[in-house]
Amino acid sequence: MSTSKTYWKNIADLASNPELDPKRHNEFVEHIPVDEFLGDKETLDQSDTSRRDFLKYVGFSTAAATLAACEGPVIKSIPYVVQPESIVPGIANYYATSIANGYDFASILVKTREGRPILINNNSLDATGTGANARVNASVLDLYDSKRLTAPMINGVASSWEVFNTDIAKQLEVLTTDNKAIVLLTQTFASPSMFALVNEFKSKFPTAKHITYDAISQSSALDAFEQRYGIRALADYDFSKALMIVSVAADFLGDWQGGGFDSGYSKSRIPQNGMMSKHVQFESNMSLTGANADQRVPLTPAQQKQVLAVLYAKLKGTSLQTELPENIIKIVNQTAKALLKSGSNAVVVTGLDDVNAQALVLDINTMLGSKAYDPSAPLMVRSGSDAALTSLVSDMNSGAVGAVIMAGVNPSYTLPNAEAFNNGLAKVGLTASFTLKADETAANVNYLGAVPHYLESWGDVERKAGHFGLIQPTIRPLFDTMQFQDALLAWMGSTVKYYDYLKTYWTSNILNGATWNEALHDGYFSKINNNAVMSQDIDLTSCVSALASAKDEGMTLTLYPKLGMGDGQQANNPWLQEFPDPLTRVTWDNYLTMAISDAKALGLFMESGGTDATGGLNGLYAEVNVNGVTITAPVIIQPGQAKGTVGLSFGYGRSAGVKEELQTGVNAYPLYQGFNANQTVSIKAAEGVHEFACVQLHNTLMGRGDIIKETSLEVFNTKSAKEWNPMTMVSLNHVETPVDSPEVDLWDEFDRSIGHHFNLSIDLNACTGCGACVIACHAENNVPVVGKEEIRRSRDMHWLRIDRYYSSETTFEGDDQRKDDISGLSDSMTGFGKMEQPSENPQVAFQPIMCQHCNHAPCETVCPVAATSHSKQGQNHMAYNRCVGTRYCANNCPYKVRRFNWFLYNNNDQFDYHMNDDLGRMVINPDVTVRSRGVMEKCSMCIQMTQKTILDAKRDGRVAKTDEFRTACSAACNNGALVFGDINDKANTIVAKKEDERAYYLLDHVGTKPNVMYQVKVRNTNEV
Amino acid sequence: MIHSLSLNLFRKSRTAGFLILTFLASSLWAQDADPAKGKSLFNTNCAACHQLDKKMTGPALRNVETRLSETEGLDRTWLYAWIRNSAGMIKSGDAYANKIYTEYNNSAMTAFPQLSDTELNDILAYTAQPKAAPVTQATSDVVGGGVPSTGGADNNQILLAGLALLFGLLAIGLFMVRKTLHRFAMANDIDLPVDKPKSTPIWIAFAQNQFLVLVTAIFFLLASGYFVYGFLMQIGIDQGYEPVQPIHYSHKIHAGENKIDCNYCHSSARVSKHSGIPSLNICMNCHKSIYEYNGPTTAEYTKDFYDNEIKKLYKAVGWDDANQVYTGKTQPVKWVRIHNLPDFAYFNHSQHVTVAGIECQTCHGPVEEMEIMSQYAPLTMGWCINCHRETNVKVTDNAYYDKIHDELSKKYGVEELTAAQMGGLECGKCHY
Repeated sequence: MSTSKTYWKNIADLASNPELDPKRHNEFVEHIPVDEFLGDKETLDQSDTSRRDFLKYVGFSTAAATLAACEGPVIKSIPYVVQPESIVPGIANYYATSIANGYDFASILVKTREGRPILINNNSLDATGTGANARVNASVLDLYDSKRLTAPMINGVASSWEVFNTDIAKQLEVLTTDNKAIVLLTQTFASPSMFALVNEFKSKFPTAKHITYDAISQSSALDAFEQRYGIRALADYDFSKALMIVSVAADFLGDWQGGGFDSGYSKSRIPQNGMMSKHVQFESNMSLTGANADQRVPLTPAQQKQVLAVLYAKLKGTSLQTELPENIIKIVNQTAKALLKSGSNAVVVTGLDDVNAQALVLDINTMLGSKAYDPSAPLMVRSGSDAALTSLVSDMNSGAVGAVIMAGVNPSYTLPNAEAFNNGLAKVGLTASFTLKADETAANVNYLGAVPHYLESWGDVERKAGHFGLIQPTIRPLFDTMQFQDALLAWMGSTVKYYDYLKTYWTSNILNGATWNEALHDGYFSKINNNAVMSQDIDLTSCVSALASAKDEGMTLTLYPKLGMGDGQQANNPWLQEFPDPLTRVTWDNYLTMAISDAKALGLFMESGGTDATGGLNGLYAEVNVNGVTITAPVIIQPGQAKGTVGLSFGYGRSAGVKEELQTGVNAYPLYQGFNANQTVSIKAAEGVHEFACVQLHNTLMGRGDIIKETSLEVFNTKSAKEWNPMTMVSLNHVETPVDSPEVDLWDEFDRSIGHHFNLSIDLNACTGCGACVIACHAENNVPVVGKEEIRRSRDMHWLRIDRYYSSETTFEGDDQRKDDISGLSDSMTGFGKMEQPSENPQVAFQPIMCQHCNHAPCETVCPVAATSHSKQGQNHMAYNRCVGTRYCANNCPYKVRRFNWFLYNNNDQFDYHMNDDLGRMVINPDVTVRSRGVMEKCSMCIQMTQKTILDAKRDGRVAKTDEFRTACSAACNNGALVFGDINDKANTIVAKKEDERAYYLLDHVGTKPNVMYQVKVRNTNEV
Repeated sequence: MIHSLSLNLFRKSRTAGFLILTFLASSLWAQDADPAKGKSLFNTNCAACHQLDKKMTGPALRNVETRLSETEGLDRTWLYAWIRNSAGMIKSGDAYANKIYTEYNNSAMTAFPQLSDTELNDILAYTAQPKAAPVTQATSDVVGGGVPSTGGADNNQILLAGLALLFGLLAIGLFMVRKTLHRFAMANDIDLPVDKPKSTPIWIAFAQNQFLVLVTAIFFLLASGYFVYGFLMQIGIDQGYEPVQPIHYSHKIHAGENKIDCNYCHSSARVSKHSGIPSLNICMNCHKSIYEYNGPTTAEYTKDFYDNEIKKLYKAVGWDDANQVYTGKTQPVKWVRIHNLPDFAYFNHSQHVTVAGIECQTCHGPVEEMEIMSQYAPLTMGWCINCHRETNVKVTDNAYYDKIHDELSKKYGVEELTAAQMGGLECGKCHY
């Protein structure tokens, strides 16, 4: 009977597929491509190596390798011949300097070890300086970029600086005699000494002209400010002084007008004395700023202009007819009322590339007498002029230009009309570019000057009028490089070095009697600027009417810079490529952001929700056309994207001077026509599916309000903390018991009152999600880069991630309500399914998550080899050398913060990032182990930093200073969101944080008792 | 060479004013000049830049007074003035002062206004002493003393070989005797007693006893397991590692005989996690004036050997000893690292040296007796942990420990706290 039974392996077997039947008895159904590793049969037959020989060789080499492994390697140590006094091996030196790469300007402190810069910190001395953002934190890795130019090149051949400079100087002389124009096309240096130097250059070569060019233009804002105040600069805003913030398309927590406003903003967001700022955002793309706003109104760019016009009219007390829908008009009216009520405590900003809009905003702030608005000491971080550049391209093409000498710019990549520029360049006699890498422009010039990285250079910067920063080298130049300024001096026939020039300039023009060494030590120098602001009243009626009559002509594209990539000059930086975008959480890519309804209408929506069987996120390709220029980009559904608009980020699609692995995304600059971020586009679906590497696939909080606790300012002010931050209750013998009660505890509590006990507090109100901490953590802890493929397999290694959640209803409160209302099986089936979908204009919340260092850690109890254990200081230790890689701990961690090394990420050609070359490995922190394959790793609460602080105190024979303890993330956070300290030191800030009514623990019902706490997010949703 | 030169000078002077000079000199010396005192003064004040017979930062000083009066016609008062304030003399335009100043790279001589006439006379007396003949006796003694001991080792071996030979001969002799007797017996038809019927040989009996075989097998397995384990456990432990270094640097001479503090060269041990291999400029602090070895030698380590090592240093640091200048041609020394902790273990010297006040010798052994530096401690984790368990933390005079010591000693009810009680056994204190 049993013989008649047939067993089948799968459906195809049962169905008896005729195609499969003959193959079913083969061991492998498909042909195994053995030829690939065995070579073709002919060579195999001819070979003398028999199977026995092969086995002999294998045996011999295995034995030899085993024997060799018993012998330790001989390690050589080479001390200095003459040791510099300032360097002690094993001790870090710090240098205050500034970054001014034309896109980011910040006052920083650089940590060097044995002469190698390894970490960027904020320069806490410089109160006026902006904090280091993610890109600035990552810029230290650019120094060790293996794609850097190592010597000057003439027509593609390496040359010497002597020949290079003599050649150019000679040609400049000839051009001057021939009366041909010499153009210096540079980034915004904002450098006073450089400005003086260029002026000297101009008097030596009278035909010379200096044009500054910002890849992402702020020309309209500069023009508006110049019209009003007579200086080509940008108004500075201190959002800490604002209680009512209205932004029309200004991503001021991102890169708007040079960035750096987030620290002030965060100060105004922490409720103090029952007050915090209210923030209304009108925008089309979901920006970081919009995500942090109390009220966010998605609008098309034309509507944004109308809103600004109506707002202006309202503030003036007049009325204006526009095509805005009724509900928007209502919001604008309310906003105007709130602005008038707040008066000088209010501020309005805009990011529209429109002179009229910018002029209007300046007028509004003047009208309000806004305390946050400061035109007297404006920002100098952008100075490019669109008009000058447009005329340069036409002049070049007409043959009127004799020389184009570029520094810090890459127009062949960043210009929308790059082709016209390249053609023009071919008609120019002398073309030179001073650049770090052989970029896109490098291929089109004769002379390629290798410049030192800013960490190897001298210089100065005036970020804000009257506030100067010095740039000093932190390492000797790695390559045969020369600063642009030194080259200028050489061409002028001067024997002075730029360092001496700089010093002389500062002594006679800036320092005003203060000492150079002191300024160099501090890294900055501030002068009180008593310049009266010359303000000019301009008739704005035409501006208002122009804005009011703005119209959308179909879909509108809004181009924007991503926090990770900026204008694209750091594209070869693997840290930044792997940095997840704060909103989409996508790494290694740019994409077209689109509202779900538009995507459905255009056939660009994937029914599966975009994820495939591997769990990776996919997107369909769309063809985007702007005035005949077409690019193909993958589409991602962005909740909160205004209908009828799409977004695309700059900075991707680099093709030269970037490792192949890092050539990701599409170049958006060709669409940046007329230097306007808003473009009318036509979009149609294209062939193919794009694979994204996204680190967060579940977008909503599913009504789990205990993960991100939040409340409104009104409730926060009026009700007791028990209502908005209740103690978690768990069931003990069917009785609701508070989770902190010792009876519910499975474990005995240790006495942690002696010695240090570290805690970290994360204020969800102050955190903007900027991600500076993520990169700082990478740099401090030698976190490897794993690449796009691995990220897609959810094997990302970030020790610190910033989770982003969208609400499914319009608010998170609505989500909680919705979840509570679900009853019955059918309702929960559909209800929870729906809650997975974010709202069209959701609330957004950010939550930085790292190892929570639980006092009762679930990971510790399951480790079979005791590789992870708890310390008396509250840190959860991870001994890599003990770990055998069972990954039980990661499975048992409720926070999913443990990361497994699936591969050896250093010295491995499969992961050709910075850890695969000698140069890139110079960034590695020598105090932190570089992990190998097969071990688990996670946030250590920067134990190397806390131990260092303790040791310093012991060595000095003193107690550790209050607030002396730091982690990389808390030091990098410029917004005061991350506070770290010792709770056994009662004077420490962290003690107040722990006792704050807003403090809560993540998933505390699990009973983990973490040492990381969060502060309840308070939203100012009060109607004004 | 210099010696003979000074003799020549001396001979010449004999013809001219020998009498006067000797009179002057002997009368002065006779009065108060003491070359022994002069020597100690010279070593304290002058030796940093001057030697008697070798040009250093400053000129060689043997018979300086005689030479000066002979060639320049300058007397002792000039020398007093020069030593007490050379800069002033150069400024005043003194011809010979300026000549010397330019000859020695415009390096000004330190002024010694504190030296009295008597002290200067002592120093000059010391410089006027004739050069001693090279002391060869002492070294040969040492070499000679060394021979018997090595000879003793050889003798033992010869004795052993002789004994082995003797026993071998005896064995052969006995065998021959037995064979001969046997033959005699055969020839005389004497019946030799027949061997007893052979019982089972012991090894066959052993092989047949399965229990014994089992026990032995287990014994051998355990024994080999023990040795294999022992072998495997010492892999990567380099206790006694004594590599040949590019320059034969003797800690015995420096730390032992000359009593140089460890921290003088390994200064970063006080402040940093690394003890630091001293850079060559530290060596030159002393070796600018110590250009030869004058200590005790052995057959293996002769004076020439050591002098040659000093030359290696000069070559590496780019020091032209003859002209007393740096050539700028340097050649960093590739020392072989002896103490290698794995990368995943964090160790900080300053924690142990400065905070804990532990002697270097505790971990590094009697370095001051090591001719060749070797690894003394096993540097295993067990070794570290053991010390942390047994060693009390030095809490006195350190404000950092005040509070924690009070609280912890109350908690554990002890007065002294070990590193382990302070948390020194936690994984993350050394592994991160």
